[in-house]
Amino acid sequence: MTEVFRDKVDVSLTVNGEPVEARVPAGQHMIDFLRMELGLTGAHASCEHGVCGACTIRVDGDAVRGCLMLAAQADGTDVWTVEGLTDAAAVSDLQDAFITRNALQCGFCTPGMLVAAEELLSKGGVPSRGEIREHLSGNYCRCTGYEAIVDAVESVALNRAGKGVA
Amino acid sequence: MTIPFNNPDRPNSYIGRTVPRPNATKLVQGRGRYVDDIVLPRMLHVAFSRSPVAHAKIGAIDLDEAKAVKGVVRIFTGADLAEVCTPWVAVLAHLKGLKSPPEHPLAVDRACWVGEPVVAVVANTRAAAEEAASLVVVDYEELPAVTDTMTALDKDTPVIHPELGDNLAFRRLHEEGDVDAAFKTAHKVVSAHFRTARHTGVTLEPRSILVDWNPAEGQMTAYHATQAPHMMQTVFAKHLDIPESRVRVICGDVGGSYGIKVHVYPDEVATAAIAKVMGRPVKFIADRLESFSTDIHARDHEIEAKIAVDVDGKILAIDVDDWTGIGPYSVYPRTSAIEGNQVVNLCGGPYDFANYRAQTTVVFQNKTPTCQYRAVGHPIAVAITEGLVDMAAAAIGMDPVEIRRRNMYADDAYPVTSPAKMKFEGLSHHASMDKLIEMIDYDALRADQAEARKQGKYRGIGIASFIELTNPSPFMYGIGGARISAQDGCTVRMDPDGSVVALSGVTEQGQGTEAMLSQVVAEGVGVKPSNVRVITGDTQVTPYGGGTWASRGAGIGGEAALQAARALRDSILEVAAAMLQAEAGKLDIRDGQIVDLESGEERMPLEELGRIVYFRGDTLPKDLPRELVQTRHFITMDYPFAFTNGVQASYLEVDTDTGVVTLLKHWCVEDCGRVINPQLVDEQIRGGIVQGLGGALYEEIHYDEDGQLLNGSMADYLVPMAAEMPDMVVAHVETPTKESELGAKGAGEAGTAGAPAAVMNAINDALRPLGAQVAAMPFTPERILRALGKIND
Repeated sequence: MTEVFRDKVDVSLTVNGEPVEARVPAGQHMIDFLRMELGLTGAHASCEHGVCGACTIRVDGDAVRGCLMLAAQADGTDVWTVEGLTDAAAVSDLQDAFITRNALQCGFCTPGMLVAAEELLSKGGVPSRGEIREHLSGNYCRCTGYEAIVDAVESVALNRAGKGVA
Repeated sequence: MTIPFNNPDRPNSYIGRTVPRPNATKLVQGRGRYVDDIVLPRMLHVAFSRSPVAHAKIGAIDLDEAKAVKGVVRIFTGADLAEVCTPWVAVLAHLKGLKSPPEHPLAVDRACWVGEPVVAVVANTRAAAEEAASLVVVDYEELPAVTDTMTALDKDTPVIHPELGDNLAFRRLHEEGDVDAAFKTAHKVVSAHFRTARHTGVTLEPRSILVDWNPAEGQMTAYHATQAPHMMQTVFAKHLDIPESRVRVICGDVGGSYGIKVHVYPDEVATAAIAKVMGRPVKFIADRLESFSTDIHARDHEIEAKIAVDVDGKILAIDVDDWTGIGPYSVYPRTSAIEGNQVVNLCGGPYDFANYRAQTTVVFQNKTPTCQYRAVGHPIAVAITEGLVDMAAAAIGMDPVEIRRRNMYADDAYPVTSPAKMKFEGLSHHASMDKLIEMIDYDALRADQAEARKQGKYRGIGIASFIELTNPSPFMYGIGGARISAQDGCTVRMDPDGSVVALSGVTEQGQGTEAMLSQVVAEGVGVKPSNVRVITGDTQVTPYGGGTWASRGAGIGGEAALQAARALRDSILEVAAAMLQAEAGKLDIRDGQIVDLESGEERMPLEELGRIVYFRGDTLPKDLPRELVQTRHFITMDYPFAFTNGVQASYLEVDTDTGVVTLLKHWCVEDCGRVINPQLVDEQIRGGIVQGLGGALYEEIHYDEDGQLLNGSMADYLVPMAAEMPDMVVAHVETPTKESELGAKGAGEAGTAGAPAAVMNAINDALRPLGAQVAAMPFTPERILRALGKIND
């Protein structure tokens, strides 16, 4: 391997608020780095080509597909997974709404779904059901049929806007 | 003592209420433990080199390049594994004539479908295993591929397994009454050609298994994403020559199953065989292409069917000729003849008619094997039946609701035996239809449809009544010789702190099994559901059971849990009576307290009883039984299956310029007997409906004529996404089964059973003024435009 085509890359990033330094294989996907190297198994690998959204994580504030990003690209980024968002209580109202509304069944899509939903909610305002459905269309769920997820996200939007039924 | 379910104010009234799922919190926090999350010391990874062609003789295998990849530990061929693993033959004695050749974990002489595992590469990383698998060179000598179902039995079609004589796996003809005479004299005969597409389940968690063989203990432990841990225990033991007692199958969190994870897959058995040979943990996680090419497929049926009605719309006869291609092997151990058999059993299900003929023809072909997927056979049978009924109604100018009301079994007609010889204990077709019509405001909906049409919009209303087979007895598999348990067991114990632990043979894949068990046990014993810890999915720990499939979890597993819980309650009260010098019959347990039955006065908390029994047993009478652990098993005896019923309605709009269908709303009234947890049941129905809608509108596995899989990715095989799905209104009629105290029947498959037919009927209702009709699923824009005559090439 020449210097130009190194097969290992040094990265320095922040994951869930903690500094991480690692030497990663050049071809390693971000989702595999998080799951296999850091033990953060909350986000899941499923379709492995950016369609299903089960691997969705937050990178520099955006919802990103962990299977379409290389770990080598993460140098200097600020990464959040469901574990960190939980510890920071950043999505606790959304998690509570998912439980109350049974907006998850097998739970495999849920960590990615939460990150995607939070991206929409963080824009503020109360999105319509159609807008919620549109925003979540990059996140597949094979169990629920989506309606309960839309209900849960809508209820959080209303509550955050002070319009919820307590 | 029986539980007064109809009194919602009774003590400990958790059955019938929405209680939280005990496992939901960990899942929303990303703390689930799916198989791929488990890492064991010295763990290896296996990847497979799979057949790139549909049918070929396997020649020389060159492993040199693969072996040179850094990290590769060992490579196995079919011949290697055939030495340590016996092949299986997926036939059942009660499916007369069913045949299938022996199948090995890795193909030995021939590869018979694109994706069949041929060589297994074991390496210390998944990446190395995959890289080396891609460098395995196999000399495939191509053989002619059989891909078309309808010509599979033709004389000039090659026979896939010459030793079997022909490509016919199974055929069953059922005939009742005088069908030909009924058709001859009928007022109206309507026929149609139906097609249901080849689907697969697309579980978001791919098939996953991690097997550890400990030679020192002679014990195999398989961490397996499966619906049936005890069945898999038997399979691994039998084919890898291990005593059954020395195989432990652990099934933790499972990321969706829908029937996909209830079968025996060659690559998973290969993983177990390799672990045993190497004496190290070996993990196999299917990638998405492997999921599409090797997870079982289903529903690939082609049907010619006709219905005869009299002048009043009464059904005189139904005649069904069903064909399905199942791939090159019947799938072990449930077999691939069940789906076609179900079509024969279920057609005409809701209706009281006399003359019925149905034949299913199940043929081999060189495609991925098919087997049981959520609502096995139901979406096909309901589409045939409800499609025919709607077409007959249109032909005689009768309203589709009216024709159903004239033919459905009366709600007081039960028990009855259908022309398909299915026994119905108690159904509620009319009550369900009445509720649906009220719920959808049928007249208003028709008015809206008429108004829309004035504006040039083509909207349609589709109704589909259905029956669903749940709570299967040994008549489903056991009588055919399969070691698949129809009974299920539950052990319930009280620990010293007064908390309760329930160990059950049914499993959780997201349905809410553990919530259901927690509330049934809570009510049965008299504690809060939060004080019940539920343990499932471990063959070394739980009572023996069948697992979760065929909508049996609540009806079978729930009843076993209830009986065990009631037995524990009796044991607790016997001890309490001795301690309190009272009569057991005058005491009760409520919210974890021993109370007076009449007054409700608190006498003693359960933790005090636990303290005495476990630490000061010396203070109790010597002969007093103090077994605070009870096990009960339950099996249905009176009926082979507990049938449920329901009716769905779809309202949609067809864009006649683009052929695009927009789902406006969907309704379902369903009768699963006693509803244990209303929210969980409704969400099962909703999720099931959406899987049915996927089949109606999007899902279709495509092959070319050489048997090449054309759409093996999620980008190419479309499943429902949030934006296209409608809101769904769900309601219930409750006709409890008398076979159990709980009275619960299954609910997991009803949504999938009825939704495709409702959509088909709604599309045809919309298109009828234009003289167009569709009957081949999925109803893609292209198929709708062809029906409208707007595409002709």
